[in-house]
Amino acid sequence: MKTDDLIRVLAADPEVGRTPLALALVYGLLPGIAVSLVLYALLLGPRPHLLELVMEPRILFKIVYPLALFACAAPLALQLARPTGDPRPLLSVLLLLLLVLAAAVAAELVVLPHELWRVRLLGHNALFCMVVIPSLAAAPLVGALVALQRGAPTNPTLAGAGAGLLAGAFAAGLYATHCPDDSPLFVATWYVLTILIVMSVGAIAGSRFLRW
Amino acid sequence: MRVDRENEWSSLLRAANAGDALAYQRILKQLAPVLRSYVRRWLARSFVPDADAEDIVQEILLAIHTKRHTWIETAPVAPWLFTIARHKVIDALRRRGRRIDVPIDDYAETLTDNTEEPNLIGLYIDRHLESLPGVQRKVVKAIAVSGASIAETAESLAMTRGAVRVALHRGLAALAARAATKN
Repeated sequence: MKTDDLIRVLAADPEVGRTPLALALVYGLLPGIAVSLVLYALLLGPRPHLLELVMEPRILFKIVYPLALFACAAPLALQLARPTGDPRPLLSVLLLLLLVLAAAVAAELVVLPHELWRVRLLGHNALFCMVVIPSLAAAPLVGALVALQRGAPTNPTLAGAGAGLLAGAFAAGLYATHCPDDSPLFVATWYVLTILIVMSVGAIAGSRFLRW
Repeated sequence: MRVDRENEWSSLLRAANAGDALAYQRILKQLAPVLRSYVRRWLARSFVPDADAEDIVQEILLAIHTKRHTWIETAPVAPWLFTIARHKVIDALRRRGRRIDVPIDDYAETLTDNTEEPNLIGLYIDRHLESLPGVQRKVVKAIAVSGASIAETAESLAMTRGAVRVALHRGLAALAARAATKN
């Protein structure tokens, strides 16, 4: 085909009401989040007395922290999905959030007697957490990846990891309202580990499905 | 001159995104020779024969087309265009099994090629065109090869204009997707 002919074909195909990328991400995430909420309502549910406990610093932290990660991951994923996107400012925010987590761990180590460190780190059901968070993350991850397919990431693997962070952080925040283990030691170990697993899945999926 | 180019391209693309097909055709025509010389410099640097250049130019145009909503209208357009071009060139070279040394030089060094070569031919799209579903293939071919309009295509294929537009849109999206996954 001649290049001029191709240009004529392209010009005949009008841009009809293309949803902006940010809105596409919202539309993609909403059904995924709805599926997670249904799973959560059917299989988990909030822990007993959540509302009375929620102002406890440890419990508040383990719920708010993943949500802060989520709030950072959403614009980060969008930056990674744009050809000229610049993820660096948001990566700095992410780094800052990791420092906050480190500070929380340090504070916990100070206030907690030595002999409880191991107990709190292992918690009651680390394995359950490792299974549940990725399960709750699955549907939002698919939704985020579908939305990002409309973008043009110069690094599809990284963009997929961004989608994984988004989905994993949401799932961790949701699971935190059920999970009985409140120590920052637990959060910094198991929550972070499961989010990393979801990010890896996102990265692998991204390298396959976000290419363009 | 570079500032002029930036202003002209961004206003053309803004108009195109608002539905102005003529503006869109104009910017694509202006881009083609620029992309051609950009691609040729890449190929020369990677010791790949020039013969593939037009295929890659067409792949870039298709990518610009399917991804044009990722340009933020208030942002400069040239960096966006050349990021897409670079991505597609690297992708094309990778698929052709080349080791790639990514140069760090400024995209802005690419200047317009003055040589007029309006009718260069790429084979790559034709190859993928054959694997499209029948209606999409017929529509793309009617508009490309015989230069028919949407209305004429609708009449000759006994379809509604809306159906022609949809078939065209899907056909181009499929061509672009194939470009990303297969050689």
